[in-house]
Amino acid sequence: MVEHGDIRVVHCGGSKINFRDPVITHDSRFLLCASGEAVKVFSTSTEECIHELRGHTGLVTGVLLRPSNHLQVYSSSLDGTLRLWDFTDGILIKTCVIGYPIYSFYASDKHENVIFIVASMPSDKRRFQLVAVHLPQSGDQMVEAQELSAVLSGVNPNPAAIAFGRGGEFIASVNDLQWSLEGGWNTFTCVACHPKDDCIATGHEDGKIRLWRNFNHKKEYTYSTLHWHHSTVSSLCFTPEGTNLLSGGVESVLVQWRYNQESERDFLPRLGGAITHITVSPDGSLFCTSHSDNKITIIQSCVKVSAVIQGLVKGDIRTDLMMDPRSKALVLNGKPGHLQFYSLQRDKLLYNLDIVQQEYIHESGLQQFEVVKAAFDASGSWLATVEERHQKAAELELNLKLWAFDEQTQSFVLNTTISAPHDAQITAMCFCQPTDSQTTLLVSTSKDGHFKAWQLAAPAHTEDEGPSWLCDFVSAYHGLVPECCSFSADGSLLAVVFQEVVTVWSPSTWELLTTLSQPPGAVSDLCFGRLSCSKYLLGTTASNLLCWNLLTCSLEWTTSMDVRRLVADPLSENMAAFCYQSGSTDLFVFKPSEPRPLFSHKAVCSGKVTQAVFAPREEMLESCEESSQWLNRSQLYFLTQQMDLMTFTTKAEEDRLLASSKQVSSSHWFSMTPFYLLLGKHRQQQQEHQDSDSSLWAERTALPQTSASMKELLQTPAHVLPSTSYLCSMFVQSLLISVSDARSEKAHAEEEMESEKEEEDSEEEMESSRSKPELAAAAATESDTPALTKAQARELRRVRKLDHSWLAGLLDS
Amino acid sequence: MASFKPTKIQVYPKLGEKVTQDTLYWKNYKAPVQIKEFGAVTSIDFSPVTPHNFAVTAFTRIHIYGPFSQEPVKSFTRFKDTAYCGRFRSDGQLLVAGCEDSVVRLFDVSGKVALRLFKGHTKAVHLTDFTSDRYQILTGSDDYTCRLWDIPNATELTTYTEHTDYIRCGVTSKLNRDLFITGSYDHTVKLFDARVEKSVITMDHGQPVESVLLYPSEGLLVSAGGRHVKVWDLLKGGQPLVSLKNHHKTVTSLALSSNGQRLLSASLDRHVKVYNTTNYKVVHNFDYAASILSLGLAPDDASIVVGMTNSILSIKHRKNQEDSKEIAGQQRRRPSYRVFVKGKNYVPKQDDYLVSKPVKEHLAKYDKQLQRFNVSKALDTALGTYIRFRKPEITVAVIKELDRRGTLKNALAGRDERGLSQLLNFIIGNLVDARFTPVLVTAAEMILDIYQSVIGQSPVVDRQLLRLQDLVKREIEFQKDLLEVLGMLDTMFASSLPRKEVPCSGIATLDWV
Repeated sequence: MVEHGDIRVVHCGGSKINFRDPVITHDSRFLLCASGEAVKVFSTSTEECIHELRGHTGLVTGVLLRPSNHLQVYSSSLDGTLRLWDFTDGILIKTCVIGYPIYSFYASDKHENVIFIVASMPSDKRRFQLVAVHLPQSGDQMVEAQELSAVLSGVNPNPAAIAFGRGGEFIASVNDLQWSLEGGWNTFTCVACHPKDDCIATGHEDGKIRLWRNFNHKKEYTYSTLHWHHSTVSSLCFTPEGTNLLSGGVESVLVQWRYNQESERDFLPRLGGAITHITVSPDGSLFCTSHSDNKITIIQSCVKVSAVIQGLVKGDIRTDLMMDPRSKALVLNGKPGHLQFYSLQRDKLLYNLDIVQQEYIHESGLQQFEVVKAAFDASGSWLATVEERHQKAAELELNLKLWAFDEQTQSFVLNTTISAPHDAQITAMCFCQPTDSQTTLLVSTSKDGHFKAWQLAAPAHTEDEGPSWLCDFVSAYHGLVPECCSFSADGSLLAVVFQEVVTVWSPSTWELLTTLSQPPGAVSDLCFGRLSCSKYLLGTTASNLLCWNLLTCSLEWTTSMDVRRLVADPLSENMAAFCYQSGSTDLFVFKPSEPRPLFSHKAVCSGKVTQAVFAPREEMLESCEESSQWLNRSQLYFLTQQMDLMTFTTKAEEDRLLASSKQVSSSHWFSMTPFYLLLGKHRQQQQEHQDSDSSLWAERTALPQTSASMKELLQTPAHVLPSTSYLCSMFVQSLLISVSDARSEKAHAEEEMESEKEEEDSEEEMESSRSKPELAAAAATESDTPALTKAQARELRRVRKLDHSWLAGLLDS
Repeated sequence: MASFKPTKIQVYPKLGEKVTQDTLYWKNYKAPVQIKEFGAVTSIDFSPVTPHNFAVTAFTRIHIYGPFSQEPVKSFTRFKDTAYCGRFRSDGQLLVAGCEDSVVRLFDVSGKVALRLFKGHTKAVHLTDFTSDRYQILTGSDDYTCRLWDIPNATELTTYTEHTDYIRCGVTSKLNRDLFITGSYDHTVKLFDARVEKSVITMDHGQPVESVLLYPSEGLLVSAGGRHVKVWDLLKGGQPLVSLKNHHKTVTSLALSSNGQRLLSASLDRHVKVYNTTNYKVVHNFDYAASILSLGLAPDDASIVVGMTNSILSIKHRKNQEDSKEIAGQQRRRPSYRVFVKGKNYVPKQDDYLVSKPVKEHLAKYDKQLQRFNVSKALDTALGTYIRFRKPEITVAVIKELDRRGTLKNALAGRDERGLSQLLNFIIGNLVDARFTPVLVTAAEMILDIYQSVIGQSPVVDRQLLRLQDLVKREIEFQKDLLEVLGMLDTMFASSLPRKEVPCSGIATLDWV
């Protein structure tokens, strides 16, 4: 960080969108959900992310529509602030500083300007309390909430554990307390209140839903039990009219219960991962379910899935990170039995490829098929996947599947399934690299001590439709277990690691050419050099990074470090080595031919890095700084132990990104009304004007006011607006002020220049260099009256000038 | 809402014969027509002119059959002893045949009595043929001589006495009137030129030669004798090209398919083998009921005629193109073509309102049960009689799917005697099939666990359990034996591999940290 200030490690996309329940707006057009440190606004019809509300510095823990204004939304965060946003424009309206990390928050219609937050108790950080916050009424952008009053203590920080009933007349809160009834122990998991009746629904860990009534009178409550779910009920929700109760759990089935006719149920099965949250749009037309596989499903009136918003799934990544050579998408396993194709440029999941092609049974403790290995060939026309299922007291089930890219459907189509390709787990798999060769070759190594070469063979029988893959060669080396394999860049050599020994084979004749070894320590990762360094073969052991020269078959150099992952850049000679040292991972980027690394970064992240990939850039960067040149052609992505996807960016790149995002946000998603055409254009011009002229910085603070008035004008229905002529004059006036401001300023400046010309030359130079920062400073302190500031500033300057000459005279004497 | 993914039925590679272009071609013959002759059929010769009648020499007769008749259209019966080698002249008008009584007879195909008799051999004549100029006859005899005869005068032209044993086969060149080839029991094949009065090339076959064949180009010669079929290059002076040993008894007859791409050989081991003439690999094989003495292939491979020692003549006719198409068409026909296609090609107009109907997906019965989590019923469906016997892979796939869902135990439990014995029957029948073993072993173990307590209550089930035990015991023995063989093979392979020494040299150490 210190030595290379302009290269930063940043989080890259794919934050959770299923962390908290999403919110559907009143017009059902937008869906808002907390995603990392931002709130994302999605369109419910197109599934596209329209904009992100950025500003929080901690994890966003909740999103809620403002009860009094349905075009505004509150968000809470662990950074201890509540923020109010205008989500149609993506503008931050107000920030309210609470001072404590907020775990979840609630609002109700009955309580104007009161927000209920869940924060940890000051005495014990592990216990939480529900606190009512009175929002201060002031026009300032940044306010601090002073009026806090505790409502309930010892609550559950899970947002599903508290619900407000009948528009805020009562609060229902469930706790982790176990509740014994009918001889069994039941733990509450979620609670929901009927919007009209005095009825509370609670979900339990045993899959039962209980409806509680008559709780107003002490100790006389009654309850009824609904049972369909076979495991934990994770979310409950009443429709706005209270006619239906929705429930969901691990089974991934959305169950709709009729209120008061609980025997009638509707089901919507096979929604994907386990349901974590259910929300209903305020008009009841759209349901929306969040799933454990980082997915939000939008359902139209409990019948049809209308849209699926899928985020990057980062559960248990067992495949390596890969790049699809065609779509340039990052490929890794996501949903159980699927490979996900994730576009890094657009931060969007492109599609999921179903590898296992079996019905997923949503039941905990069941051993399922999982995709454990995948590999692309160089042109992206073949994909090899390995899926395995290991059941206790049974044989390992292993399938090797080969997928061909189909030009017509633009996706991968299953070509060959090889069941039980090896007797034990497959440890590595790689395709022969060169693009021009006629035969495609795949090599797989397994714990059964063999490595096998698979080749695309012409159909042997007339019954087969097309070519399929057959085993071409099987070999072993002294009964040792092969750990990894790698083809050289031109495909003329194959290196297979058998513990301490690296064996080099010729794929054309399947002859063992040579063996390389450097005891002690088994070689764990292997990589051939590229381009000008293609004569080098690099290997890593637990304590060393080794580089062999293949021409002399001898060790060229070695350096002692614990390299966990070695990746080669496909577009250059560069290699990246992630090495683990005392709890954190360091990165070294180097060329095998040069003794010094090009770039090193200490403590990239804590924990080990075992998955990384170089992704080619769409357009090359023109960085000439030596330390960041390795990032010019491709970008390095890696997964940390916490399953965060990280990357490296340079400062120049960040600036460019920021600029482009600003452009997008200003010109995006305004509905094209005549008003917009008239005013939007003007505003754009204004903005450009501001951006170009930095001396007019003072105007920026006045901008929200004008935009607010504009918004008012735009959002008020046309039939309640006063006559246009009246409005027009008002508008023009409001606009004129700023313009006249600028003009007067310029006039003043001219006057100044003239007056200053009369002064001595030396002083004039000093003045011109000083005037700008002073102006800015003055503008910042007294922003509401810019004209006055100008005058004052000039006055001050004159006084100082006088002062100065006087002082000079004094000095002279 | 994703649709239900049906149970995956594993597709296993078909065991047995592989289907290639050749097998399709050679299988495309009708069921054979069998005709009983008076004795062993020693020679079959097709007439070179349409309608390609063929002469069948058997015992003391020569029958001429038409291409589709099952009765002979003509018979020559005036032989005093066994007739041999009835052959047509290239215009199809004359037929020559040798005889055990050493007289060679020449017939007019339309006549009955012999036109000429060629007397001069002292022993049985097994080889007769016309030269390509149509005026001479080649004969070969058991008196070790072969002779050329003039047809008009019925006089002997030349006698060759180079062979030292019976001459049993031979062929004349179709391109040159002076060249002919004879094969003899003295293991040699000789090429004679009538102009120089002695053999030009001698080839040693190694076994008594039973049949020789010239390629249409006459550059290659094929000889058959003993278990070997050998191909010789005549243009290189009789250099051996290939030696084929695919029969396990004497090869008696050779034939070439009409396009010259396939060579057929018939043998006493009752097989006819078809070779590819580019790589001389066997591409197809015919089985017959008895040892084959003669083989004939009609022009365009329209029929295969085989004569056997049990005096049966088997004729296979090729299926017509239309016939085979008709059968295929019948298979493809769906319930009603018109109903099927109705409205398919209707193009909606511009202001039509399109009502989309969800496509109802078809699920198999067991999948429907699985979708509803009715595990026992799903297993019952998969154990239905048809599936159980005809498609055991479906039953196994359902059992595997249930195991994956963790509900196999539930599905197997709670069965009565009949249901359990049905299940056990299936397991006994398929347990040792290597494709199904891993799945069925799990199921069998579960059954034993579940029904442990009720063993001894039903004699039917007990008997089956004993059978199962016996089966497993035997299988384990087999596996042991196989492993032993594998171990032996490994040792042999390991000892045959060479070893290599690898160099190693000094290194440089870098320090980055």
